[in-house]
This record gives sequence, structure tokens and C-alpha cells, in this order.
Amino acid sequence: MFKCIYNGGKEAKAGKTVFGDTIRKLIEEDSQVVYLDADLMNSIGTSGLEKVFPNQVIEVGIQEANMAGLAGGLSAVGKKPFMHTFASFAGRRCFDQVFISIAYAKNNVRIIGSDPGITSAYNGGTHMPFEDICLYRAIPHSTVIEFTDSAMTAALLPVIKDRPGLTYCRLSRKNCVAIYSEDSVFEPGVANLLRDGKDAVIFACGYMVSESLKAAEELEKEGISVAVIDMFTIKPLDSAKVLAYAEKTGAVVTAENGNIVGGLGAAVASCLSETKPTPVIRVGVKDEFGQVGTPEYLASVYGLTPTDVIAAVKKSISLKK
Amino acid sequence: MLTPLKEFATDIRIQQMEAFKARGFGHMGGSLSITDCLAALYGGILRIDPKNPNWEDRDRLVVSKGHSGPALYATLALKGYFPLEVLKTLNQNGTILPSHCDRNLTPGVDMTTGSLGQGASTACGMALGLKLSGKDARVYLVLGDGECQEGQVWEMALFAAQHKLGNFIVFLDYNKRQLDGYVSDICNLEDPAAKFESFNWYVKRIQGNDPDKIYEVILETQKNQKDHPAMIVLDTIKGSGVKQIEDIVLNHHLNISTELADEIINQLIKQKEG
Repeated sequence: MFKCIYNGGKEAKAGKTVFGDTIRKLIEEDSQVVYLDADLMNSIGTSGLEKVFPNQVIEVGIQEANMAGLAGGLSAVGKKPFMHTFASFAGRRCFDQVFISIAYAKNNVRIIGSDPGITSAYNGGTHMPFEDICLYRAIPHSTVIEFTDSAMTAALLPVIKDRPGLTYCRLSRKNCVAIYSEDSVFEPGVANLLRDGKDAVIFACGYMVSESLKAAEELEKEGISVAVIDMFTIKPLDSAKVLAYAEKTGAVVTAENGNIVGGLGAAVASCLSETKPTPVIRVGVKDEFGQVGTPEYLASVYGLTPTDVIAAVKKSISLKK
Repeated sequence: MLTPLKEFATDIRIQQMEAFKARGFGHMGGSLSITDCLAALYGGILRIDPKNPNWEDRDRLVVSKGHSGPALYATLALKGYFPLEVLKTLNQNGTILPSHCDRNLTPGVDMTTGSLGQGASTACGMALGLKLSGKDARVYLVLGDGECQEGQVWEMALFAAQHKLGNFIVFLDYNKRQLDGYVSDICNLEDPAAKFESFNWYVKRIQGNDPDKIYEVILETQKNQKDHPAMIVLDTIKGSGVKQIEDIVLNHHLNISTELADEIINQLIKQKEG
């Protein structure tokens, strides 16, 4: 069970701190866990672990393709590898290695891609992943997750430790808006209804969950009742919830911190078009590259603000028959 | 009289030619060129149990040039991993013997390969994992020469030396030819032994189509590599052991008639009979 504690405030601990602490705990608890990183341990809160746990923590160096292959090989001899790099590199830089040496070879590997979408801020266009969800969704039998906040990161990492196959997780390094209480429990593949409503539904993930909750609060003031569902598992999609809320509200909005091509919105729209055709308005990056800027500036440039979500909700309601 | 290992290598050639004959085509050049290396490995080097292909403490072999699968399949069948008749299903619909090695389809195949360069890293990961677990099993890897044009191979070369993988022995099938022609004309590997030496590997370069010599050098390498990964550069001929195929310059993937396959098989049988 989960408890939504959203009040617009940020969480106390940064994503990277919670990630580092949780990985350390997993290493201590399970001697088969191996953590691999490609020269970004200092950025993700795992720095120094390689000295404390030399048999479980491997600083690979700047070679993501080799790291993905190493992870596949480690799984093949019984290890439980986690590998981390920025989401831009986890998606683009080693895609064939992830596809063949991990997924096609049926190895069990968890890949953590940090700095999703506009949260990579000042690293700019080269480091700004808008496409990783699309790429990882396209790998057969993959699991694609976006941690909504640190409470979820801490709760889900131990769950995916023993998950078979390829699991990809987007993770923000910074302090997210707090959504969940620390004792919340999550199940991959089961979306969370954070707020109920009857006029429209917003299916959101990651950074856009808090922005969607803000939008829903504003809309309530205008007398529009909007449900908000956290689709932290983008694949496999919780199609039962998608169908149920499309049925209930008749107006659907999706919201994601990435390109709408092949992302959460595409998944929801495909699901509905083949079962219960319903207007779906996708909030997300409209097929653009990244650039430098503050997350707030980038959110406004790419249309990821509560105002954009509100406009999308109104449009979806206007399209109802 | 052939030595037992040379006889084994000849049997592997006969059986892979049977598989190519049944399908009418296949990756003959590179399969034949690693045959003597496979004969040495499966002729007494590898710690394996064909009755228990997933034995946890076994040595592993990764054929990163995954298109040489047919040579490996013939070897595995001769070792009893599956019946010899199965070889005739090579690349047939629904087969357990696909063009490129697949660890989920074929008993005895330790890693899925075929996208060149990738077996380098997965084998290295296996060697690392076994070392981290304190196991004494070894990992062997067969790389192609054309494959070394992939950057990933050199990422692995740096990593394996850094992590002192003394349980890792790599063979380079230096047959000098790739799909489009000669390696030296396309993107020259020059002196791979010197390259791997400069990466702090334990390196040997030998004539690569003599299984007895390969066997001897592997034993010597195991003794002397200490905490270095080892590279054994095998100077081979693409298509080795079958003159009719060696003589075709572009012999990476060939069509073969039943008549020519039979001629080759009979000639190999005669070699065995001396």
C-alpha cells in the first residue's frame, strides 16, 4: 500500500543520496548484488563504495557499451547486476549491447538511467534524454519504470533486485516533489491512483506527477474534477487502470518528461485505440532536442508546466462525444 | 596417422560440412578456421560435463564471432551435448542451431553472440563474476580479427587488464579476412600481439591450425599468465582444412552444392584413414 503525502513541498533527501544508501543496503544484504558504474559514482551517491565492497562494486570507467556487456556476463554466472549511467547514455550509447547481451540473451540486469528529461538541466542537449523511454519500451519483454520520488526509489530497488529480465529505471538525482510516505509499498505494473476525479484523467510519470497534481488542484477550483494516476511502470502498462479510467471519465491526458514519440502517451493511446477509443492529449516534449537551462525554464520551453496540463485536460474534455 | 586432437578436428570439420550440406549454405570460412582451437579446448582443456551443461563450476567458452556457431555445434554434438543428427537442422525453421550462437537454444552454448564485439564484454563479465565469487573456473573467448575493428573489444582489453583477470584466455582467430575482403585492405589490425601486449596482457602468437600446438600453448599460458588476461593470437587460414574453401577469397558465407560437400567430406574421411 502507498500513502500520498503530496502538498507541493520537496522531499528532504536528494534522489542520489537515497539511491546511494539503498544500493549500499542491497550490497550488504545480498552478496550476489554487483553494482557497476561508468565514471558517474560521484554524481549518483555511490562514490567510495568500490573501496568498501571491492567484490561487489565495479568502477568500469567511461565505457558504457562494455559495461552493458559485463553486466550481461555477470548475470550469466549468477550475479545480480545493477548498472548506472546518465539516462542519455543508458539509452543511446549502449542500446545494441543492452538489446543483445542483456535482453535477447535473457540475462537479468537492472539499468538505472539518471537525469531524465529536463532534469539534466545545465548538461544540455547532449545529456538530455527525451528518447530513453521509447528506446527501452521497444526491447521485447523489458520492464520500464520511472521512480516518482525517493520514497519510491528506496522501496522499489529491493523489489527489482530479483526481477527477471531487463529492468530499466529512470531516476532523478535531485530533490523531487514529495509524493509518497516513506513506508509506501509499490508493485511494478500496478499504477497508483493519487487523486480521484470524474471529468478527465491524467496518466503521468516521473517529474510530471507533481505537475499534474498541481494542475488538478487548479482545475478543481474551476469545478473540473480530474483523476491523477501515477504510471510509474510505463511497461508493462497497467492497461486495466487505463481502460477503467478512460471508461469512467471519457477524457484522457498523458504527461511525461520526455518525447511524446514512443513514450507513456504513445503507450496509453495505443492501448485505448485498440480497446476503447477515447480522446488522448499527450503532454510531453514535441519531438525536440534538449538544451541548457533551469528545469523551470525548460519546462516552459517544452510545454511541461501545470498550465500545459490544464490546457490539455480542457482540450480532452472538449473532444468528448 | 593423425594425433587424437587432429582426428577430433577432422571429425568436427566433417560434421560441420554435413550441417552446411543439409542447409546448402553457411558461414564456412570462419567456422573452419576456429575448428582446431575448438578441438584443443574440447579435447581436454575445458572443465565441462556434457551431461550437465549448466554445471555451475564449469569453464565457459564464448564464441564472440557468433557466425562460427556451426563449428561449435559440431564440436558440442561430438561431445554428446545433443545427437549428431540435430546438426542437419542448422538454420532450418524452428531449429536449436541458429546461424549465430544462442545460449537459450543450444545445450552447451554459454553466451548469445552475433553482434560483433559484444562477446568480448560478456565473456569478460563472466570471468569477472567468477573471480569475484572466488571460483576457479576459467573463461575462454574466441574473437575474430575483423571483429577487432569494433571499439568495444578495446574497451574490454583495458578493463580485463585493470581488473587482473588471470582466469581469462582469449583467442584471436587471425585469418586475415573479413566479409568484404582482406582485413589489411579494409581496416588493418597490423600486429595484434603487440597491441595486446601494450594493453598489459600476457600474449602468445602461434600457428593457429595445429590443435596439438594450441593445446600445449594453452597449458603453458594457464601456468604463466598469473594475474594477466591472456591473448593467444592464432595465425589461421580462413576456411582452413578444406582447400576448396580456403581458395575462395571471399569465403565468409558460401553456398555449397551437395556434390561439393560430399567431395569435401570424403576427402576429410580419407585424411582420417591416412
